[in-house]
This record gives sequence, structure tokens and C-alpha cells, in this order.
Amino acid sequence: MTFDLLIPSQLLGALTPDIVLMVGAMLLMLLVAWRPESDDHQRSVGRASLIVLALTIAAVLWFAGGGFAAGPGVIAVDKFRWAADIVFLLAAMGTIALGMDHNTRDGVVHAESHVLVLFATSGMMIMAAARDLMILFLGLEMMSIAVYVLAGMNRRSERSAEAALKYFLLGAFATGFLLYGIALVYGATGATNLSVIGQRIMAYQLHHTAMLLVGVGLLLVGFGFKVAAVPFHMWSPDAYEGAPTPITAFMASAVKAAAFAAFFRVWLDAFSAIDFAWFAPIWWLASITMIVGNVVALAQRNIKRMLAYSSIAHSGYLLVAIEAGTKLGAASFLFYLLAYTLATFGAFAVVATLTRNNEKGLDLVDYEGLWTVRPWLAASMAVCMLALMGFPIFGGIGFFAKWYLLQAALSSENNLIPLAVLLVLTSVVSAGYYLNVVRGMFMKPRAEGAPVIAATGPMTRLVLGITIAAILILGVFPAQLARWTRASVPAPPVAAATAAGQTASR
Amino acid sequence: MNNAFLPLFYTFHFYLFGLIALASAVLFVTRKSPVAAAMWLVCTMFALAALYVMLDAQFVGVMQVLVYTGAIMVVFLFVVMLLNLGQPGDISDIRGKWGRLVAGFIGIALVAELMALAKSPLDLRLVVPPVVVPPQTGGVIAGIAAPMFKEYLLAFELTSILLLAAIMGAVVLAKKKDAR
Repeated sequence: MTFDLLIPSQLLGALTPDIVLMVGAMLLMLLVAWRPESDDHQRSVGRASLIVLALTIAAVLWFAGGGFAAGPGVIAVDKFRWAADIVFLLAAMGTIALGMDHNTRDGVVHAESHVLVLFATSGMMIMAAARDLMILFLGLEMMSIAVYVLAGMNRRSERSAEAALKYFLLGAFATGFLLYGIALVYGATGATNLSVIGQRIMAYQLHHTAMLLVGVGLLLVGFGFKVAAVPFHMWSPDAYEGAPTPITAFMASAVKAAAFAAFFRVWLDAFSAIDFAWFAPIWWLASITMIVGNVVALAQRNIKRMLAYSSIAHSGYLLVAIEAGTKLGAASFLFYLLAYTLATFGAFAVVATLTRNNEKGLDLVDYEGLWTVRPWLAASMAVCMLALMGFPIFGGIGFFAKWYLLQAALSSENNLIPLAVLLVLTSVVSAGYYLNVVRGMFMKPRAEGAPVIAATGPMTRLVLGITIAAILILGVFPAQLARWTRASVPAPPVAAATAAGQTASR
Repeated sequence: MNNAFLPLFYTFHFYLFGLIALASAVLFVTRKSPVAAAMWLVCTMFALAALYVMLDAQFVGVMQVLVYTGAIMVVFLFVVMLLNLGQPGDISDIRGKWGRLVAGFIGIALVAELMALAKSPLDLRLVVPPVVVPPQTGGVIAGIAAPMFKEYLLAFELTSILLLAAIMGAVVLAKKKDAR
């Protein structure tokens, strides 16, 4: 079926999964206020949030299987949107599950954190759907504001407050860049709709208009901040370190994935005509991000900071997919996002188990000899580290993620061979810190007086079990997932007149 | 729309208010005293409102004054003064005889211009040609309300959810710390 987005009721229909999540979040907000704060209440709100997310996933899957399309309008109805939504929703489920255990252990009784995760996720879904810079901006802000608050939820920790403030100020700064870029692009083309911008650039020969190019540059800076690409990455290690660990996992996976999904769509829908202007800047951005992220990660002694720099490095890899710009690029991009999200979640689930009040047990030294005391945790962490590194078999899906990315880069018409070489070389560098953790856990003795590790919470165990199983199983059978991502490339809006005929013939 | 067709009168005021807005914005970010900075921001907002009115967007101009200068900046100043951040000596940026004279001159000139324009019938050459913005049915507000609830309905609704999330976040952060 084809939605005519100019009719409000059909627009609502095309937004059904988003609306399920938003209405669920609003109802849960009322549920939070219904009873006094307590740990039981926090856990029951968490369970209800998981149910809302599961319902949303069901709605997304129903839409993804239904062969829906949309005419020109403010949102896209394509497989790319649904695939990105699945990544966000899975990450949100993981965050809430980890958050329930984290709150219980650290004695945080705010149930609001779960609802804020839901609001942030609905913002992400809007970002993945947006085919209009205005809607994109609203989705981005909905996500960012909720995550600023989540980063500062732990009121007892000074470091958390500092991280939240830094994140907020730099995030607001990035938003300013993005908004000014949107304004200039609007000034140059007279449109905020992505496809209309693309058409007007072609129709009026705006390729070399200074206002448009400056606007695109500002947009690039804004997105660079949001995805933490070097040199706009300064906020991320501090923010990741200070935020509660489940929220760090959320920031490193879903928030980054949403920014990338929007980045991808904006660049390929609106600005593919002026690729001569952005190709070189993103080329440099990708290479510097890969180098700096991986090299600086080598020097980190704190596991959260190390994972933060590793996540910066992964932003660099994903920028290569944007450079490829082809359908294969989009497919490898989605595959990589899913693999990266799974591995990041597994790693942070282990980190969350080993920390106390977000301050103790975060040094790499605390991981030494983990195998002797908690073999399952050590094995899970090892799988995640190998997956992030892209190691075959034991790293499961991580290997294929990098493999498809390289394939997309090499088969692209643009000359991406130097970037592909750099990707491989920096991945070798990354072995230096990923394997260091693995070596410490398995080959070193447990230090005297190392902190005693509390029992792993039931939800954390569930998250760990599912992510590790998914990493390993998909690592053996990646073809199905690859077929699915290859079908999930962004589709242009269906022309209104021919839309009905196309659907009928399908 | 070509600049050559615009009367000098219009162009002069565009640059005047643009210059005031830019200068106040620069002063806003360079002041040390938060109160003085806030007052310069008020000045920027007023100059922007004047520019909106010149673009025939009277409603947006009025809203700019009511919402930004009237509500947000007053609450902002209220908080600043409640926290006792502003030092009384720093409140005025315009010190010395010349500063006062220039400020007074600009103020009196603007008021005098307003009075003169309200009284005298304008020479047609001074008026912006009406073709710049086609006359709208239903006044200036209809031109804003109709797109807002038709074309931009989704953006409008999303903004309300965004604000809801922001309010919730603010309440969570402002709540009393845990007992422990």
C-alpha cells in the first residue's frame, strides 16, 4: 500500500510504530507518578517499558513485511527506516534491561530513566524516518534532550554531573551548527524537504552557490559532533565515562546509530548532486577519525574511556560507508550498525556488572584475572572485544561487518582504496587494546585485594546471553542478515500518480 | 526581489536594525555581568522583531517581543537576580557622558520618527510596493495558522512531545536528591 503523506490520516498511518512508542511513553510517564518511588516500582516500570518496546518492534516488523511505500512528503516509508528502527529498539530494550539491574544495585529509585529512554528512542525513530530537515531536527532534539538528562541522572556522582553538563553544552553547540546549516540550505534552495532540495540543486544549477556550500559544511560539522568524528569528538570520552554505564551503552550504540542513519539519508537524498564538495572533507574526516580513535584508545587505562575511543574509531569506519554511497554501502552500513550495537552492548553489560556507583572497578587492572573468578563474564567480554576488532569465528558477526564494509568500499566507483587500506591497518592497531583486555582477563592472575564482584543481575544475564548468542550465531550464518540489509536500502518517494499501479503490479 | 527597487527609506532601516541586532549580539556574548548581557540580548530581540515587521510578518514580530523579551528574558533576569549574580555597578554598560548622549539621541530619534510617520501621509515613493507580499485573507495570523495546522502539523505535534520530554527531564533533574 502507498501512503499519500499529504493527507493527515495517511501520514498518521505511516507513523504507526512511532505513535505506538510515543503513546506508550506518555502512558508510562503517568504510571511513574502513580506510586511512590521504590525499587519495585522502578522494576515494574522497566518491565512495562520493555513490553512497549516489544509492541513497537512488532509494529515495525509488520510494516517492514507489508511492502508499504509513500509518496512525496515529510517522512520516508522504506526498508532503511525499518531496519534502523529495529537497531534503535533493540538497543533501547538492552538499555532498559541493564538499567533495571543498575538502578537496583546502586540504589537509584527514579523510574523516570526508563521513560526517558523511550522518549529518546521515539526521537531516533523520527530521525530515521525524516525526509525533511525540520522533522529531522525535531527528532534529533527529542533524542538529545532525553539523553542529556539521562547522562546526569546519577545525582550523587560529581563526575556524572560534570559529564552531563559537558555533553549538554557541546551538544547545544552542535545543534547550533546544525540549525544554522539547515537555515542556509533553506536560504539557498527554498526547501527543507530532502528530495526537493536535491531536485532544486539540479534544476537551478546551485552546485557552486556559496550559501549552499557553507550550509552543507555546517551540517557536516553538526553531524560530525553527533557521531563523534575527530576533530569533533572531544566531548565523547568524558560524557561516556561520567554517564551511568547502561546509558553509556545507549549513547555509544543507539544515539550514534540514529545520528548516522539521519546523516546517511540527508547526504544521499539531498546532497548527492554536490558530492564533489563533500567527498574530500568526509574522506579526511573518516581517515583522521580512524587513526586518532584507534591510536588514542591504546593509551587508555579506564575501560569506559577505552570503549569511548573505540566507538570514535568505529564512527570512522562507518563514515567509509557514507563515502561509498552506493546501495552496497547502505547495506554494509546497516549490517555494521547492527554488529557494532550488539558488540557494544555486550561489552557494556560486562562493564556495568563490574562497576560500583559508576566510580570503582573501571580500570583495566580490575579486569585482570577475571577468568579465574567469573569465567562466563570473561568469556562474554572476550567475544565482544573480538567482535569489535573484527576477528573471524570467535568475533562472530564483527568479522563479516568489516568484510562487507571493505567490499562496499572497494566496489564503489569512487576511489576508496586508500580508505580501505587505512581501515584494515587501523583495525590491526585496534588489536593492541582489544586483545590487551582479553590477555589481562585470561593470562594474568587476579590481583590481591581486587574488588569482590557482586552477583550479575537477572536482566543483565539475559542481555549478555542474547547478545553473545546473536554475535556468535550470526557470525556463522551471516548470509540471511546480509540479504535482509541488502534489501533495506533507502528508497526514493514513489510518484503519486504511478504509485497505485506499481503496488498493484507487485 | 531586487534591492534597487526598494526605497532608500526601507534599505536604511534594514541596515540600521540589522546593525543594532549584530552589535547587541556581539556585546551580549562579550559582557562579564550576566545582567548586562541579558539586557543586550533583549536589545537584539527587539531589533529582530523590527526586522520581522519590515518583512510584513507583524505577528511574528509581536510574538518575538511578547515571548522572548516579555516572558523568557524576564524569567531569565529574575533567576540571575535571585541568584545575586549581577553586581549593581555593572548593570549599565553605557557609562560616561558620551555613551549616554548617543544612547539618548538614538532613542529620541526613533521615537520622533515614529511620531512623524504616524502623523504625516507618506510619499508613495517611500512605501514598499505591496506586491512584495500578496495581501492575505484573514489577516496576518491566518497566514501562520493555516500552514501550521496543515502543512506543518506533524512538526507541530512533534514539538509538543519534545517539550513534554524536556519538562520531564527538567523535573527529574530538579527533584530533591535521594535520601542516601
